[in-house]
Amino acid sequence: MRTVALVALAVFVAISGFFAPKLGINTYYFYAGYVVLQYVTIATAWNVLGGYGGYINFGAAAFFGAGAYTAAVLFKLFGVPLPLQILAAAAIGVALGVAMGYLTLRVQGVYFAIATLGLVVVLETIVHNVETFGGARGLTILAPRAPDWFGGQTPYVFFVMLLIAIASVAIAVWIEHSWIGRGLRAIRASENAAECSGVPTLRLKLVACAVSGGLLAAAGAPYGFYASFLEPGTAFSLAVGLNAIAMPLIGGTRSWLGPVLGAILLGSVQQITTVTISSELNILVVGLVLIAFVAAAPGGLLGLWPASRGAAR
Amino acid sequence: MSGPILTATGVEKTFGALKALGGVDLALAPAERLGIIGPNGSGKTTMINCITGTLRPERGRIAFAGQDITALPPHLRARLGIARTFQIPQPFTGMSVIENLLVPLDYLGHMPDRRGRADEVLRSVGLQGRRDHPSESLSQLELRKLELARALVAGPRVLIADEAMAGLSEGEIDEILDILLALNRSGVAVIMIEHIMHAVMRFSERMICFESGRIIAEGGPTSIADDPTVQRVYFGDHAVRSPAKGLHT
Amino acid sequence: MVLLDLTLNALATGLLLGSIYALLGLGLAITFGILHVPNIAHPVLVVVGAYAVAYGNLAGLDPFVAAIPAALLFYAGGLVFYEFYYRVFERRGGTNTLQSLTLFFGVGLVIEILLLVAFGADPKSVDVDYVGRSYTIGLVTLPYRLLVPALVSPLLLLLLWIYLTRTHSGLAIRAVAHGEAALGIAGISPRWIKRHAFGLATASAVFGGAALVILGPVGPFSGHAQIGRVFAVVVLAGMGSIPGTLAAGLLIGLAESFVTSFLNPSWSPGVAFAILLATLALRPKGLFGSAS
Repeated sequence: MRTVALVALAVFVAISGFFAPKLGINTYYFYAGYVVLQYVTIATAWNVLGGYGGYINFGAAAFFGAGAYTAAVLFKLFGVPLPLQILAAAAIGVALGVAMGYLTLRVQGVYFAIATLGLVVVLETIVHNVETFGGARGLTILAPRAPDWFGGQTPYVFFVMLLIAIASVAIAVWIEHSWIGRGLRAIRASENAAECSGVPTLRLKLVACAVSGGLLAAAGAPYGFYASFLEPGTAFSLAVGLNAIAMPLIGGTRSWLGPVLGAILLGSVQQITTVTISSELNILVVGLVLIAFVAAAPGGLLGLWPASRGAAR
Repeated sequence: MSGPILTATGVEKTFGALKALGGVDLALAPAERLGIIGPNGSGKTTMINCITGTLRPERGRIAFAGQDITALPPHLRARLGIARTFQIPQPFTGMSVIENLLVPLDYLGHMPDRRGRADEVLRSVGLQGRRDHPSESLSQLELRKLELARALVAGPRVLIADEAMAGLSEGEIDEILDILLALNRSGVAVIMIEHIMHAVMRFSERMICFESGRIIAEGGPTSIADDPTVQRVYFGDHAVRSPAKGLHT
Repeated sequence: MVLLDLTLNALATGLLLGSIYALLGLGLAITFGILHVPNIAHPVLVVVGAYAVAYGNLAGLDPFVAAIPAALLFYAGGLVFYEFYYRVFERRGGTNTLQSLTLFFGVGLVIEILLLVAFGADPKSVDVDYVGRSYTIGLVTLPYRLLVPALVSPLLLLLLWIYLTRTHSGLAIRAVAHGEAALGIAGISPRWIKRHAFGLATASAVFGGAALVILGPVGPFSGHAQIGRVFAVVVLAGMGSIPGTLAAGLLIGLAESFVTSFLNPSWSPGVAFAILLATLALRPKGLFGSAS
């Protein structure tokens, strides 16, 4: 029953997104909505490893930026169409995730987190120094004309991002309710007990790294088309790394709904407030809210709602 | 009698300068009840960790049902049929009681009706009333029962209970002993590590005493209790003058 | 001849840089290496230290002299910070790595933005007469902006090492890592000693900051480039070993310097990171670590 309801909801959201351009909505809303959806994807992706498995990734921006640059370079050099760009970006994200996990996960969780911090710096350095990626000057991306139906580039990328977000949430829901999710939650609670209960912990963590990394990179793939311009500072932005963590932790990490809720709330607020306050102050506020939640409400918003504790599963 | 189900030969493990295990040999027969005693830090839990694969010994071999498992990771040993509980209960927090049991069933069981099996085990340990409660909400006794239920739900061939009765009252100890005895009657070999002497003596067919990473005595419960080495380890020299008083209570 | 010249200079620069890296990682060697508190905000504290020193320098003080009073303030700040950390996590029993890492991440970020908002995006630098000059022996040129901090660093490391191995409270810090119970019996509160150690680590960030700002201008986000380095230093050293910290710093400095001289300067930020990953994959105990 529940599955049917979720699928129906997903289909409804997708169809709404498809027909929305016909309703004469101001383009700004698609422009702002894209960012919110991007964050829904990022937060959901982060939560697969961070929330379910308890392995924190500070380098969401590295995966996001890797996805954005993979897509942009494939388009610039070979004119690869958008769906293939997204898939290629996801593949790069999977590879990065597995590589990072394989090198660091055998020791202790904290090293994985530290390594992901470093990954952002390294990827940013590479992009800065390789001519193909446009270096510090950045890449200008003149996207091909969007299909006529959408009446413009912005509603089109919005719809593409919507599909990516729906796919990400669907994958997260599936993982959460499958044996993989149960194994990951067991790992988060006690890695040793999980292993002794038959959970192949290393392999499961690598699966989570792969899924999380792939989705994070996919979230970045359409960014070049959205912004028409790609530079290291925005592709590897501090805001992405911070929001990836803050949104799930503020929404609640135990179920897929937490990151979605956190992303919609925080993402919308940030979109509204960028008009009035600077992006730096935005980051500052998110940072402070994050500290407050970590210190006082580790269960996030969903954890504050008592009914969700016992009955969630 | 067939051969032993579990054997350890010459197991050595050091932590830095500390020799935690100095060449331990151990064999467990199928469906045997083995008690392991010894002071804190004598190597009991280190030995268990070497058997379950949480620790890799520097030297020695562990074999299970004739297969060398020394190099296997813990989850593969669990798949062969080695299950354990933890000295400090480690429930899967964030999950309900029944979900805790579904973890091993997901990864170890080949059962068609997993929820049915989990319910059956919950009933057998008396946790059916807490089935859908979050595991964080359990009492000490219930946590101990959950540990046992989770260990035995997938049908292991050897169960290692690491101080499964610590901190429990007399009546509660009896409950845990009943669960372990019933399990043993169904053919599962049980290794019990325990400080509560009357419980382990009542339970075990054979007992082993560890000290400083070595086995210093082995035998039936009564012979172990009367063993002067064991008494010296447990009660100091003065205890030898009033033999076995403490051990038999 | 050119090759010899290049090699000798790379060697010298590497050793000097490495000595500075050891100082940058020193605080983390205490918090992460000894106390196992994953303070990923440490590089940000170093940047704050650099700002403090830069303002002291405006009053005409040498950076390392300015660092001394600032270190006292930082020590106090470290005590407060640890108390907050303790109240949030350690007292709850069982530190949750996910949450404590997130806390430090958030705190680091908030400090960076505060620096940006309060002092602007322009990097700060110091005005001392030795910066810009250099000392030449034969083929080797040693710029004072490297030489001075590189010579101060081993001194500070030595002081800390003597403190940790020869004094009562220093030994207690090391004991805390091995077992708190024993410490409680000896009459020292683990909470007090950890708070004190955290204060020391924070104070050391000022000296790191002084070194960093003599080396070159420091902006609000200059800490990012140091994260890979400081963790590489601590992990390669073998958690908490002070002589190891110096050795690891030197090794990383040399590696970076040779990459800069013989391959491409732009790749050097990746070197420390590669060393960190390689250490984790191949020898997680570090070069000088004991089994734990």
